[in-house]
Amino acid sequence: MGASTRRVHPPNDSPAYGSSRLRAPRQPLHLLPGRLAELTAPLLAGETIGALDHDLTRQHDGEPLGERITISGRVLDEDGNPVTGALIEVWQANAAGRYAHRSDQHPAPLDPNFSGAGRCLTDAEGGYRFITIKPGAYPWRNHPNAWRPAHVHFSVFSSAFAQRLVTQMYFPGDPLFAQDPIFNAVPDEDGRRRMVARWSLELTEPEWSLGYAWDIVVAGREATPLDDDASE
Amino acid sequence: MRLPLTPSQTVGPFFRIGLSTTIGSHVVGEGTPSAVRISGQVLDGVGEPVPDALIETWQPEGAGRCATDEEGHFAIVTIKPERNGEGGAGTDAPHLDVSIFARGLLTRLVTRMYFPDEREANDADPVLEPLTAEERSTLVAVSEDGGLRFDIHLQGARETVFFDR
Repeated sequence: MGASTRRVHPPNDSPAYGSSRLRAPRQPLHLLPGRLAELTAPLLAGETIGALDHDLTRQHDGEPLGERITISGRVLDEDGNPVTGALIEVWQANAAGRYAHRSDQHPAPLDPNFSGAGRCLTDAEGGYRFITIKPGAYPWRNHPNAWRPAHVHFSVFSSAFAQRLVTQMYFPGDPLFAQDPIFNAVPDEDGRRRMVARWSLELTEPEWSLGYAWDIVVAGREATPLDDDASE
Repeated sequence: MRLPLTPSQTVGPFFRIGLSTTIGSHVVGEGTPSAVRISGQVLDGVGEPVPDALIETWQPEGAGRCATDEEGHFAIVTIKPERNGEGGAGTDAPHLDVSIFARGLLTRLVTRMYFPDEREANDADPVLEPLTAEERSTLVAVSEDGGLRFDIHLQGARETVFFDR
Protein backbone atom coordinates (compact mmCIF):
# COMPACT_ATOMS: atom_id res chain seq x y z
CA MET A 1 0.00 0.00 0.00
CA GLY A 2 3.07 2.23 -0.06
CA ALA A 3 2.48 4.55 -2.97
CA SER A 4 -1.24 5.06 -2.53
CA THR A 5 -0.86 5.57 1.22
CA ARG A 6 1.62 8.35 0.66
CA ARG A 7 -0.81 10.19 -1.59
CA VAL A 8 -3.71 9.93 0.88
CA HIS A 9 -1.88 10.90 4.05
CA PRO A 10 -0.29 14.30 4.52
CA PRO A 11 3.50 14.34 4.12
CA ASN A 12 5.29 14.99 7.41
CA ASP A 13 7.47 17.43 5.50
CA SER A 14 4.80 20.17 5.37
CA PRO A 15 6.65 23.47 6.04
CA ALA A 16 3.45 25.53 6.34
CA TYR A 17 2.85 23.62 9.59
CA GLY A 18 5.54 25.23 11.74
CA SER A 19 5.78 22.45 14.35
CA SER A 20 6.88 20.01 11.64
CA ARG A 21 10.13 21.81 10.85
CA LEU A 22 12.35 20.25 13.50
CA ARG A 23 10.34 17.05 13.85
CA ALA A 24 9.65 15.71 10.35
CA PRO A 25 12.31 13.16 9.31
CA ARG A 26 14.54 14.32 6.46
CA GLN A 27 15.65 10.91 5.17
CA PRO A 28 13.47 8.90 2.79
CA LEU A 29 11.35 6.18 4.39
CA HIS A 30 12.63 2.62 4.01
CA LEU A 31 10.46 -0.10 2.60
CA LEU A 32 9.22 -2.60 5.17
CA PRO A 33 8.62 -5.85 3.30
CA GLY A 34 7.97 -7.91 6.41
CA ARG A 35 4.66 -8.55 8.06
CA LEU A 36 3.35 -5.94 10.46
CA ALA A 37 2.31 -7.18 13.87
CA GLU A 38 -1.20 -8.23 14.69
CA LEU A 39 -2.06 -8.39 18.35
CA THR A 40 -2.98 -11.82 19.59
CA ALA A 41 -3.31 -10.70 23.19
CA PRO A 42 -6.48 -8.93 24.32
CA LEU A 43 -6.32 -5.23 23.51
CA LEU A 44 -7.56 -4.14 26.92
CA ALA A 45 -6.25 -6.58 29.49
CA GLY A 46 -8.39 -6.27 32.59
CA GLU A 47 -9.74 -3.00 31.33
CA THR A 48 -13.38 -2.31 30.60
CA ILE A 49 -14.96 0.55 28.76
CA GLY A 50 -17.52 2.24 30.97
CA ALA A 51 -21.14 2.36 29.83
CA LEU A 52 -21.02 6.16 29.63
CA ASP A 53 -17.52 6.60 28.26
CA HIS A 54 -18.97 7.46 24.84
CA ASP A 55 -21.10 10.28 26.30
CA LEU A 56 -18.98 13.37 26.94
CA THR A 57 -22.02 15.27 28.23
CA ARG A 58 -22.56 13.01 31.26
CA GLN A 59 -19.16 12.86 32.94
CA HIS A 60 -19.87 15.53 35.57
CA ASP A 61 -22.68 16.62 37.87
CA GLY A 62 -23.96 19.22 35.42
CA GLU A 63 -24.27 19.41 31.65
CA PRO A 64 -21.57 21.11 29.59
CA LEU A 65 -22.42 24.33 27.78
CA GLY A 66 -22.61 24.19 24.01
CA GLU A 67 -24.47 22.72 21.09
CA ARG A 68 -25.25 19.08 21.93
CA ILE A 69 -24.33 16.73 19.06
CA THR A 70 -24.16 13.04 18.18
CA ILE A 71 -21.30 11.77 16.00
CA SER A 72 -21.81 8.30 14.61
CA GLY A 73 -20.50 6.14 11.80
CA ARG A 74 -18.66 2.96 10.92
CA VAL A 75 -15.02 1.98 10.81
CA LEU A 76 -14.30 0.00 7.64
CA ASP A 77 -11.16 -1.32 6.05
CA GLU A 78 -10.42 -0.40 2.46
CA ASP A 79 -11.99 -3.65 1.26
CA GLY A 80 -15.25 -2.59 2.90
CA ASN A 81 -15.05 -5.01 5.83
CA PRO A 82 -16.23 -3.67 9.20
CA VAL A 83 -13.45 -3.22 11.74
CA THR A 84 -15.02 -4.71 14.84
CA GLY A 85 -13.90 -4.37 18.45
CA ALA A 86 -11.63 -1.45 17.63
CA LEU A 87 -10.91 1.07 20.36
CA ILE A 88 -12.02 4.56 19.33
CA GLU A 89 -10.74 7.39 21.50
CA VAL A 90 -11.76 11.03 20.99
CA TRP A 91 -10.66 14.30 22.53
CA GLN A 92 -11.64 17.88 21.83
CA ALA A 93 -11.88 21.49 22.98
CA ASN A 94 -14.98 22.74 24.79
CA ALA A 95 -17.62 24.95 23.18
CA ALA A 96 -15.45 28.02 23.83
CA GLY A 97 -12.44 26.52 22.05
CA ARG A 98 -10.46 25.62 25.19
CA TYR A 99 -8.93 22.22 26.00
CA ALA A 100 -8.98 20.95 29.58
CA HIS A 101 -5.17 20.71 29.43
CA ARG A 102 -2.72 22.74 31.52
CA SER A 103 -0.71 23.76 28.44
CA ASP A 104 -3.67 25.35 26.65
CA GLN A 105 -3.16 29.11 27.05
CA HIS A 106 -6.18 30.32 25.03
CA PRO A 107 -7.96 32.83 27.32
CA ALA A 108 -11.38 31.26 26.84
CA PRO A 109 -13.32 29.81 29.79
CA LEU A 110 -12.91 26.24 30.95
CA ASP A 111 -16.17 24.37 31.47
CA PRO A 112 -16.30 22.56 34.82
CA ASN A 113 -18.75 20.11 33.29
CA PHE A 114 -16.64 19.14 30.29
CA SER A 115 -13.41 17.13 30.23
CA GLY A 116 -13.47 16.56 26.47
CA ALA A 117 -12.47 12.89 26.26
CA GLY A 118 -14.46 9.80 25.29
CA ARG A 119 -13.95 6.24 24.12
CA CYS A 120 -15.86 3.22 22.88
CA LEU A 121 -15.37 -0.07 21.06
CA THR A 122 -16.78 -0.58 17.57
CA ASP A 123 -19.67 -3.05 17.38
CA ALA A 124 -20.18 -6.07 15.09
CA GLU A 125 -20.87 -3.77 12.11
CA GLY A 126 -17.88 -1.54 12.86
CA GLY A 127 -20.26 1.08 14.26
CA TYR A 128 -19.45 3.72 16.86
CA ARG A 129 -21.37 6.58 18.48
CA PHE A 130 -20.37 9.55 20.62
CA ILE A 131 -22.53 12.16 22.31
CA THR A 132 -20.74 15.44 22.94
CA ILE A 133 -20.95 19.18 22.34
CA LYS A 134 -19.66 20.94 19.25
CA PRO A 135 -16.11 22.15 19.91
CA GLY A 136 -15.22 25.79 19.32
CA ALA A 137 -12.55 27.09 16.98
CA TYR A 138 -9.41 28.38 18.69
CA PRO A 139 -6.35 30.46 17.90
CA TRP A 140 -2.82 29.08 17.66
CA ARG A 141 0.54 30.61 16.84
CA ASN A 142 1.43 28.87 13.60
CA HIS A 143 1.18 32.10 11.59
CA PRO A 144 -0.29 35.55 12.28
CA ASN A 145 -3.97 35.36 13.29
CA ALA A 146 -4.10 31.59 12.80
CA TRP A 147 -7.25 29.72 13.90
CA ARG A 148 -7.95 26.00 13.86
CA PRO A 149 -11.26 24.96 12.35
CA ALA A 150 -13.52 23.18 14.86
CA HIS A 151 -12.50 19.52 15.09
CA VAL A 152 -12.68 16.36 17.17
CA HIS A 153 -9.51 14.24 17.44
CA PHE A 154 -10.12 10.55 16.64
CA SER A 155 -7.83 7.61 17.37
CA VAL A 156 -8.55 4.15 15.89
CA PHE A 157 -6.77 1.21 17.52
CA SER A 158 -7.64 -2.22 16.11
CA SER A 159 -5.73 -5.48 16.45
CA ALA A 160 -3.77 -4.77 13.24
CA PHE A 161 -0.76 -2.48 13.39
CA ALA A 162 -1.24 -1.42 9.75
CA GLN A 163 -4.71 -0.06 10.61
CA ARG A 164 -3.54 2.29 13.35
CA LEU A 165 -4.86 5.78 12.62
CA VAL A 166 -5.02 9.13 14.40
CA THR A 167 -6.95 11.83 12.59
CA GLN A 168 -9.33 14.75 13.09
CA MET A 169 -13.01 15.06 12.19
CA TYR A 170 -14.16 18.43 10.92
CA PHE A 171 -17.60 20.05 10.54
CA PRO A 172 -19.18 20.89 7.18
CA GLY A 173 -18.94 24.41 5.81
CA ASP A 174 -16.27 25.68 8.20
CA PRO A 175 -14.89 28.99 6.84
CA LEU A 176 -11.53 28.32 8.54
CA PHE A 177 -10.52 25.40 6.28
CA ALA A 178 -8.89 27.68 3.71
CA GLN A 179 -6.20 28.98 6.07
CA ASP A 180 -5.49 25.82 8.08
CA PRO A 181 -2.14 24.17 7.25
CA ILE A 182 -3.01 20.94 9.08
CA PHE A 183 -6.23 20.36 7.11
CA ASN A 184 -4.59 21.46 3.86
CA ALA A 185 -1.53 19.24 4.35
CA VAL A 186 -3.72 16.45 2.97
CA PRO A 187 -2.72 16.65 -0.67
CA ASP A 188 -5.95 16.00 -2.54
CA GLU A 189 -9.35 17.61 -2.23
CA ASP A 190 -11.22 14.31 -1.99
CA GLY A 191 -8.99 13.33 0.92
CA ARG A 192 -9.73 16.59 2.71
CA ARG A 193 -13.45 16.09 2.12
CA ARG A 194 -13.27 12.64 3.74
CA MET A 195 -12.26 14.27 7.02
CA VAL A 196 -15.44 16.38 7.08
CA ALA A 197 -18.54 14.88 8.71
CA ARG A 198 -21.96 15.13 7.07
CA TRP A 199 -24.88 16.67 8.91
CA SER A 200 -27.48 13.92 9.19
CA LEU A 201 -31.22 14.28 9.69
CA GLU A 202 -31.38 10.60 10.69
CA LEU A 203 -28.89 11.14 13.51
CA THR A 204 -30.50 14.40 14.58
CA GLU A 205 -32.80 13.84 17.57
CA PRO A 206 -35.91 16.03 17.53
CA GLU A 207 -35.83 18.78 20.13
CA TRP A 208 -32.61 17.37 21.57
CA SER A 209 -29.40 17.28 19.48
CA LEU A 210 -27.87 17.64 16.02
CA GLY A 211 -26.39 14.58 14.35
CA TYR A 212 -23.25 14.16 12.26
CA ALA A 213 -22.34 11.05 10.26
CA TRP A 214 -18.70 10.17 9.71
CA ASP A 215 -17.25 6.89 8.46
CA ILE A 216 -13.56 6.07 8.88
CA VAL A 217 -11.62 3.89 6.42
CA VAL A 218 -8.38 2.24 7.54
CA ALA A 219 -5.94 -0.01 5.70
CA GLY A 220 -6.94 -3.54 4.76
CA ARG A 221 -5.50 -6.44 6.70
CA GLU A 222 -4.05 -8.09 3.62
CA ALA A 223 -2.87 -4.95 1.86
CA THR A 224 0.26 -5.56 -0.16
CA PRO A 225 2.26 -3.22 -2.37
CA LEU A 226 1.61 -5.53 -5.33
CA ASP A 227 -2.16 -5.10 -5.10
CA ASP A 228 -1.87 -1.36 -5.25
CA ASP A 229 0.60 -1.35 -8.11
CA ALA A 230 -1.76 -3.49 -10.16
CA SER A 231 -4.71 -1.18 -9.61
CA GLU A 232 -2.93 2.01 -10.59
CA MET B 1 -13.27 -1.59 -5.62
CA ARG B 2 -11.25 -0.32 -2.71
CA LEU B 3 -12.54 2.40 -0.44
CA PRO B 4 -10.28 5.45 -0.17
CA LEU B 5 -8.53 5.79 3.18
CA THR B 6 -9.32 8.44 5.77
CA PRO B 7 -6.26 10.72 5.89
CA SER B 8 -4.10 10.99 8.98
CA GLN B 9 -3.82 14.19 11.04
CA THR B 10 -1.51 15.17 13.89
CA VAL B 11 -2.32 14.18 17.49
CA GLY B 12 -1.59 17.81 18.38
CA PRO B 13 -0.30 19.04 21.74
CA PHE B 14 -3.24 17.94 23.90
CA PHE B 15 -3.54 14.21 23.14
CA ARG B 16 -3.06 13.30 26.80
CA ILE B 17 -6.70 14.27 27.35
CA GLY B 18 -7.86 11.38 25.20
CA LEU B 19 -4.98 8.91 24.93
CA SER B 20 -3.73 8.76 28.48
CA THR B 21 -5.08 5.77 30.27
CA THR B 22 -6.80 3.19 28.11
CA ILE B 23 -3.62 1.40 27.05
CA GLY B 24 -0.76 1.55 29.51
CA SER B 25 2.99 1.41 29.59
CA HIS B 26 3.04 -2.16 30.97
CA VAL B 27 2.53 -4.86 28.35
CA VAL B 28 3.38 -7.26 31.19
CA GLY B 29 3.65 -6.69 34.93
CA GLU B 30 6.99 -5.63 36.47
CA GLY B 31 7.26 -8.99 38.24
CA THR B 32 6.93 -11.12 35.10
CA PRO B 33 10.00 -13.34 34.60
CA SER B 34 11.92 -12.02 31.57
CA ALA B 35 10.15 -8.65 31.76
CA VAL B 36 12.33 -5.96 30.23
CA ARG B 37 12.07 -2.22 30.75
CA ILE B 38 12.62 -0.26 27.54
CA SER B 39 13.32 3.40 28.10
CA GLY B 40 14.40 6.13 25.78
CA GLN B 41 14.24 9.73 24.78
CA VAL B 42 12.60 11.35 21.76
CA LEU B 43 14.73 14.14 20.27
CA ASP B 44 14.10 16.68 17.51
CA GLY B 45 16.35 17.93 14.71
CA VAL B 46 18.48 20.12 16.99
CA GLY B 47 18.71 17.51 19.72
CA GLU B 48 16.07 19.07 21.96
CA PRO B 49 13.79 16.66 23.83
CA VAL B 50 10.25 16.25 22.49
CA PRO B 51 7.94 16.52 25.53
CA ASP B 52 4.70 15.87 23.64
CA ALA B 53 5.24 12.62 21.77
CA LEU B 54 3.37 9.34 22.16
CA ILE B 55 5.21 6.04 21.72
CA GLU B 56 3.33 2.80 21.04
CA THR B 57 4.92 -0.64 20.89
CA TRP B 58 3.26 -3.59 19.14
CA GLN B 59 4.01 -7.30 19.29
CA PRO B 60 1.77 -10.37 19.21
CA GLU B 61 1.76 -10.49 23.02
CA GLY B 62 0.25 -7.02 23.38
CA ALA B 63 0.57 -3.29 22.91
CA GLY B 64 2.19 -0.66 25.09
CA ARG B 65 1.76 3.09 25.10
CA CYS B 66 3.65 5.88 26.83
CA ALA B 67 3.65 9.66 26.43
CA THR B 68 7.00 11.42 26.80
CA ASP B 69 7.66 13.57 29.86
CA GLU B 70 9.13 17.08 30.03
CA GLU B 71 12.57 15.71 29.11
CA GLY B 72 11.26 13.61 26.25
CA HIS B 73 11.62 10.34 28.17
CA PHE B 74 9.34 7.32 27.85
CA ALA B 75 9.43 3.81 29.34
CA ILE B 76 7.54 0.63 28.46
CA VAL B 77 7.74 -2.73 30.26
CA THR B 78 7.32 -5.79 28.06
CA ILE B 79 8.88 -9.12 27.10
CA LYS B 80 10.90 -10.06 24.06
CA PRO B 81 8.45 -11.38 21.43
CA GLU B 82 8.43 -15.03 20.50
CA ARG B 83 10.40 -15.75 17.36
CA ASN B 84 8.42 -16.57 14.21
CA GLY B 85 9.30 -19.90 12.63
CA GLU B 86 12.67 -21.61 12.69
CA GLY B 87 14.98 -18.63 12.45
CA GLY B 88 17.96 -18.42 10.15
CA ALA B 89 18.56 -16.37 7.02
CA GLY B 90 15.58 -14.39 5.78
CA THR B 91 13.68 -14.61 9.07
CA ASP B 92 12.82 -11.49 11.02
CA ALA B 93 14.72 -11.26 14.29
CA PRO B 94 12.66 -10.60 17.43
CA HIS B 95 11.59 -6.97 17.40
CA LEU B 96 8.89 -4.54 18.44
CA ASP B 97 6.93 -2.52 15.89
CA VAL B 98 6.93 1.06 17.13
CA SER B 99 4.66 4.00 16.26
CA ILE B 100 5.57 7.61 17.09
CA PHE B 101 2.94 10.34 17.23
CA ALA B 102 3.60 13.99 18.14
CA ARG B 103 2.60 17.56 17.61
CA GLY B 104 4.37 18.41 14.36
CA LEU B 105 3.91 14.94 12.87
CA LEU B 106 0.94 14.83 10.50
CA THR B 107 1.25 11.07 10.01
CA ARG B 108 2.61 8.56 12.50
CA LEU B 109 6.19 7.43 12.13
CA VAL B 110 6.85 3.69 12.09
CA THR B 111 10.08 2.07 13.18
CA ARG B 112 11.31 -1.18 14.72
CA MET B 113 13.22 -1.89 17.90
CA TYR B 114 15.57 -4.89 17.84
CA PHE B 115 17.23 -6.58 20.82
CA PRO B 116 21.00 -6.27 21.37
CA ASP B 117 21.38 -9.84 22.68
CA GLU B 118 20.16 -11.28 19.34
CA ARG B 119 23.25 -10.50 17.30
CA GLU B 120 23.06 -13.63 15.16
CA ALA B 121 19.35 -13.22 14.43
CA ASN B 122 19.80 -9.51 13.75
CA ASP B 123 22.56 -10.28 11.22
CA ALA B 124 20.14 -12.56 9.34
CA ASP B 125 17.18 -10.15 9.51
CA PRO B 126 15.95 -9.13 6.03
CA VAL B 127 14.89 -5.64 7.16
CA LEU B 128 18.22 -4.83 8.81
CA GLU B 129 20.30 -6.49 6.07
CA PRO B 130 20.14 -3.74 3.40
CA LEU B 131 20.87 -0.96 5.91
CA THR B 132 24.26 0.62 6.57
CA ALA B 133 25.85 -0.10 9.95
CA GLU B 134 25.02 3.43 11.03
CA GLU B 135 21.36 3.10 10.02
CA ARG B 136 21.15 -0.31 11.64
CA SER B 137 22.45 1.07 14.91
CA THR B 138 19.41 3.37 15.16
CA LEU B 139 17.14 0.32 15.34
CA VAL B 140 18.96 -1.86 17.88
CA ALA B 141 18.43 -0.99 21.54
CA VAL B 142 21.44 -0.87 23.88
CA SER B 143 21.70 -2.57 27.26
CA GLU B 144 21.68 -0.10 30.13
CA ASP B 145 21.06 -0.43 33.86
CA GLY B 146 19.53 -3.88 33.57
CA GLY B 147 17.07 -2.72 30.89
CA LEU B 148 17.19 -1.49 27.32
CA ARG B 149 17.63 2.01 26.00
CA PHE B 150 16.06 3.01 22.68
CA ASP B 151 16.37 6.69 21.74
CA ILE B 152 14.39 8.03 18.81
CA HIS B 153 15.89 10.85 16.73
CA LEU B 154 13.14 12.37 14.59
CA GLN B 155 15.60 14.35 12.49
CA GLY B 156 19.29 15.26 12.30
CA ALA B 157 22.64 13.50 11.93
CA ARG B 158 21.51 10.47 13.95
CA GLU B 159 18.00 10.32 12.46
CA THR B 160 16.29 7.01 13.25
CA VAL B 161 15.41 4.78 10.30
CA PHE B 162 11.66 5.07 9.69
CA PHE B 163 9.60 2.77 7.48
CA ASP B 164 6.92 3.15 4.89
CA ARG B 165 3.93 1.10 5.90
